[in-house]
Amino acid sequence: MASITTGVAAGTGVAVRRRRYMDRKSLVPLLIFLPPSLILFTVFVVLPMVDAGTFSFFEWNGYGPITNFVGFENYADVINHRNFGTAVRNSLIVVAVSLLIQLPLAMWCAIALSERSVSINILRTIFFLPFMLAEVAAGLIWKFVYDGNYGLLPILGDALGTKMPFVLADKFWVIPAIMLVITWKYFGFHMMIFIAGLQSIPNEVVEAARLDGVKKWQIVRHIKIPMIRSAIVVSVFFAITGALQLFDIIIPLTNGGPSHSSHTIVTFLYQFGILRMKLGFGGAVSVLLFIACVIVALAYRRILFRVEQN
Amino acid sequence: MATASRKRRPAISAFQWITLLVVAAFVIVPFYTTALGGFKEIGELRVNPFGLPQSWDPARFAEIIGGPRYVPSLLNSLLVALGSVVLSTLLASMTAFAFAHIKFFGSRFLMSYLMLGLLFPSATAILPLFIKMRDLGLLDSHVGIIIAQVAFSISFSVLLFYNFFKELPKELIDAARMDNCGYIRIYWYVTLPLCLPIIATVGVFNFVGSWNSFLLPLIVLNSDANYTWPLGIMQFQGQYGSDWPRILAFLTLSILPAIAFFLLAQRYVISGLTGGAVKG
Repeated sequence: MASITTGVAAGTGVAVRRRRYMDRKSLVPLLIFLPPSLILFTVFVVLPMVDAGTFSFFEWNGYGPITNFVGFENYADVINHRNFGTAVRNSLIVVAVSLLIQLPLAMWCAIALSERSVSINILRTIFFLPFMLAEVAAGLIWKFVYDGNYGLLPILGDALGTKMPFVLADKFWVIPAIMLVITWKYFGFHMMIFIAGLQSIPNEVVEAARLDGVKKWQIVRHIKIPMIRSAIVVSVFFAITGALQLFDIIIPLTNGGPSHSSHTIVTFLYQFGILRMKLGFGGAVSVLLFIACVIVALAYRRILFRVEQN
Repeated sequence: MATASRKRRPAISAFQWITLLVVAAFVIVPFYTTALGGFKEIGELRVNPFGLPQSWDPARFAEIIGGPRYVPSLLNSLLVALGSVVLSTLLASMTAFAFAHIKFFGSRFLMSYLMLGLLFPSATAILPLFIKMRDLGLLDSHVGIIIAQVAFSISFSVLLFYNFFKELPKELIDAARMDNCGYIRIYWYVTLPLCLPIIATVGVFNFVGSWNSFLLPLIVLNSDANYTWPLGIMQFQGQYGSDWPRILAFLTLSILPAIAFFLLAQRYVISGLTGGAVKG
């Protein structure tokens, strides 16, 4: 007991002495090193998010003072908007496709490509290439692929002996068409995260299991996938938040059309809030999106916590 | 060595190889047809989609390179990307240094505050950001885009630097302190020279992010002369409608520098992904 108290006392003594020493020595560096980032982050990231909340309770066209308080009217307008439901539904479809198709595809490729050899390296680079490509370029390339007159899709139709629809102008087909582009664009990113996880598994673990006669797919199922749980957790998080914020790739492909059937939450925000300078309406959309992302993040922390407990 | 690795390598089954090749074809075919499409006539696209073009006439490419849009928009993007890289590298490394090596009251709190930027969606801030930039007179300027981009990427950049700085041997900093070296000099003469790999990673990340960025320039820029290439290519596509050979030529020329850069820099991207995402 005595030794503990003296230990603590000595500890605080050192801390006090060190703090005084630090104050003199570290004040100037801190004043140079910290404020630029913190101010930039606060002014251009945090305050705009707060502003979005403020705007959402007013009717404002962006000019003059903000005075016309309307309560929750903007939120009601957003929720009752004809196309908001579609935008939310589409964003949720993107989330679902990302989780159910993209991530399993990424995992399938990662399991094969986590070894080291030249041909494997080439494949890995190819699969990762679309992720590095600008969304706008990816969107335009696929707009060509889907073009009903000169693209690749009608050629596929010829080969199959059917006539393909103009998918980007078709209210039903436009969504699967966009999902295919999203999978093409992003599965390589998740694959790389999984590969990084797989490569960090100690070789002895896999080797020992193999010597015990465990089959290859049992090793994958019972050893490899459980051991890269943290990589999967990261990947799922990126997939969800990325899907909720999807914008760039929709604009070149469909611009939200045909007749507003392919909007996501962010293209909806752009089309009906920003382009029309309805800041209250746009603010309300931003707040709803923000809340959705916070819920995901918080729910995620709980799941993450549970995963790490196990 | 070679035999050892071959023995250790478990076989990838034929079925796996087939699926990999199918996926590879799925990834490559759009690139391949885009690259060749710029040389073809519009009718040729339909009758000869996968074959080589009848002539390798570079007229379209020459016209685009000599045209008023391609080179200026690429230069604008380059300027913005380099500005973002320099500013974010400098600010993020300084901030991460303070968090990693200087003990001060509120350090953990400020770090957590900055890390909120990793969780929260940047798209939600875009509308008020537009108003803010208008009020600050930053609309239609490259400086405005650079500042906003750095602000949005600073959390991730600080995290990457912080993880790296924490790994540096503490004795190094302590030794420099003993020699009566101030923190600013330690940062500049001791830490920075040791962290060239992480500077490369953060730099590549910010460069690619800025080079590809679309939403922010779309909202901030409004004069043709200032357009970055994603805006330029959208405008070009709007102008030429479905003159696909011309658009495909423009696309090919626009993504070629990015692909070359990616092939050179991919290991930095991958180490950033793993260093920031998996370990962090």
